[in-house]
Amino acid sequence: MTNPQIEIQLIASLVAVACAIPGVFLVLRKMALISDAISHAILPGIVIGFFITQDLNSPLLILLAAITGVITVVLVETIQKTNLVKEDTAIGLVFPALFSIGVILIAKNANDVHLDVDAVLLGELAFAPFDRLLVSGVDLGPKSLWVMGTVLLITLVLLFLFFKELKVSTFDTGLSSAMGFSPLVLHYGLMSVSSVTVVGAFDAVGAILVVALMIAPAATSYLLTSDLKKMLGLSICFGVFAAIAGYWLAHWLDASISGSMTTVLGLIFLLVYLFAPSKGLLAVLYRQKQQRKEVSLITFLLHLNNHSEEEERHINHLNEHINWKKLRSKGVLDFATKNNMIRIENDVVSLTEKGEEFTNLAIEYILTNKDEHIEHIKDDFFLFRG
Amino acid sequence: MTITEYFNLLFTDYTLRTITLGTAVLGAICGMLGSFAVLRKQSLLGDAVSHAALPGIAIAFLITGTKDSNVLLLGALVSGLIGTFWIRGMITKTHLKTDTALGLILSLFFGFGMLLLTFIQKMPNANQAGLDKYLFGQAATLVESDVKIMIIVTGVCLFILLLFWKEFKILLFDPDYTKTLGFNTRFIDVLITFFIVLAIVLGLQTVGVVLMSALLLAPAAAARQWTNSLGFMVFLAAIFGAFSGVLGTAISATQNNLSTGPVIVLVAAVFVIFSFIFSPGRGLLFREIRFRKNRKDLQLKKTLQFMYGIVESHENISHPHAIRILNNFHGYTKGSLRTLEEKEWITISGQQWALTQKGFDEAKDMYNQQLKND
Repeated sequence: MTNPQIEIQLIASLVAVACAIPGVFLVLRKMALISDAISHAILPGIVIGFFITQDLNSPLLILLAAITGVITVVLVETIQKTNLVKEDTAIGLVFPALFSIGVILIAKNANDVHLDVDAVLLGELAFAPFDRLLVSGVDLGPKSLWVMGTVLLITLVLLFLFFKELKVSTFDTGLSSAMGFSPLVLHYGLMSVSSVTVVGAFDAVGAILVVALMIAPAATSYLLTSDLKKMLGLSICFGVFAAIAGYWLAHWLDASISGSMTTVLGLIFLLVYLFAPSKGLLAVLYRQKQQRKEVSLITFLLHLNNHSEEEERHINHLNEHINWKKLRSKGVLDFATKNNMIRIENDVVSLTEKGEEFTNLAIEYILTNKDEHIEHIKDDFFLFRG
Repeated sequence: MTITEYFNLLFTDYTLRTITLGTAVLGAICGMLGSFAVLRKQSLLGDAVSHAALPGIAIAFLITGTKDSNVLLLGALVSGLIGTFWIRGMITKTHLKTDTALGLILSLFFGFGMLLLTFIQKMPNANQAGLDKYLFGQAATLVESDVKIMIIVTGVCLFILLLFWKEFKILLFDPDYTKTLGFNTRFIDVLITFFIVLAIVLGLQTVGVVLMSALLLAPAAAARQWTNSLGFMVFLAAIFGAFSGVLGTAISATQNNLSTGPVIVLVAAVFVIFSFIFSPGRGLLFREIRFRKNRKDLQLKKTLQFMYGIVESHENISHPHAIRILNNFHGYTKGSLRTLEEKEWITISGQQWALTQKGFDEAKDMYNQQLKND
């Protein structure tokens, strides 16, 4: 690995961590799309800031652009308050308009601005190591490393200082205002941090991919854990992994670094989405199937319990009576037999003692409808789950 | 070329006519279907879908190697639909919320698309130039066959819309009721979503991936302000959309290096701002005027009520009182007294006022109305 390569990976990892932290809170607060809005809407701020400072990494420009981000949030909220359109429409109207202004400003001043539209969408991570910070002739490393380092440091300090407040206001706004932490201050604080992060990361990864770096690690870890601290930790790990793996993927394909970082994030998300224990797609589908079968079993047992006459309990009759397909009836019958709930004699089905006991408890559950009953019953009675 | 020249050329120049017709038709179909997206609270779905279409374009190019826009848009349609249904799957099957699902699909698909685009750009043999027109759109690249496809799709869409009008409408406003009536809500839902995705994909060439969602939303959001009837809203949104398309194309064609997408979006945004402010029913201006009028009205009535309170105990209601005694009450000014006099509720002579019979009745009636409303 050459020196610039290490620097690129370092910058990418810093960006990923700095994005992942506010991203977690945005996802939990159901404001994930605000990051999308901010990342587009800061473009005019960046362009105007660039006219003034002539330097993409100047702190003034970052400040100006971050203010544009907060203005976007205020604008969206103002439009929402007029009740003329729904919330999501307000977001959808504001940011394309601001982004368009930015694109047009760039296009009209193409000669003065060293920004092109591709850079806006993709960032220029590959060139980041060549823009050095020189203090009285001494090379202190790439500028964006310093910018992102500062942004990350501020984010971390704020996170440690206000972790408790953020946690409370994220999960229970009412409680948080009752305890004296103004949700409004925290809301705008989070928005400002997100804006600053987006602006800082903009240079490196571009307008749209910064959204991926914010949302994807948080969403992925949200599928794996329900603990805020673990979620933050996991998001940071996913972010850093995607940054480094993405760099090497880009190196191998000779393609955009930020694009391949996002692709790695996408692959991680896809894997977790499919295979996450208990919250992943396969787990959910399996659980739904299991529950469907168990409910069928209870329906079936209740039916048996209701009828003492033999012709009602004849195997062939069951199909038409409960209106099940053959395969399903067979599955339920097997399932019940396996659990020793029923007995089949001469094609007539009857409940065993265990089956009767279970049915009575199930009826009780249906009458009281309290969830804690049924799980416990299932554990006691089922030898095999559905 | 100035804008007037553009419109003069419009009737003589074949290319300009094609492009203008294309953007007009595009604006119309987006407005029509956008109305449904806005009312179904799926405004941002358009954003996600348009971004999600990018890898489809790149993959279609990688597989076929052609730049034929129909093939590329077919790829965009497929990947847009995959994105849409993945979003739905995420929302229904996991505990991720709508906004997270939308943001994920938007950014992940787009990132993958950008990876492919940069990969294609570095391929040695590819005639790849021009794929990035799909980012911000370039109306100038529209050719007759593109416009024909747009017109055909718009026609089919209009036909389906009219055919299923009742179903779309009822699903829009009361999905549960629709289900109990026995309609196949899933089918209607998928149908309308499919057409929304189709409209977005059609616009990619003209407006581009990044800003396409705005063309879907803005005309509909503007039209919503003028009417409460779905039919009229769809019609109005189509008109707004068509005008945004034509004006935006005209402006961007008359300037150097301006992509069409941003200009069309800004024109549409102007329509929205205008509608927000000036629509008579819901607009901010008239709402403010109504507020002011009500406030003024309320103050007049307050003064009148106060006078009524004084007069009530007198036998002769028109017995004059000094204006001075109103002093401890803040609801009156010279102007409001004059207005009261103009309404013939009071008469003023010198420093004294007297309630008329009409004013007395009015004030009395006000109390009654209050009681009635309670």
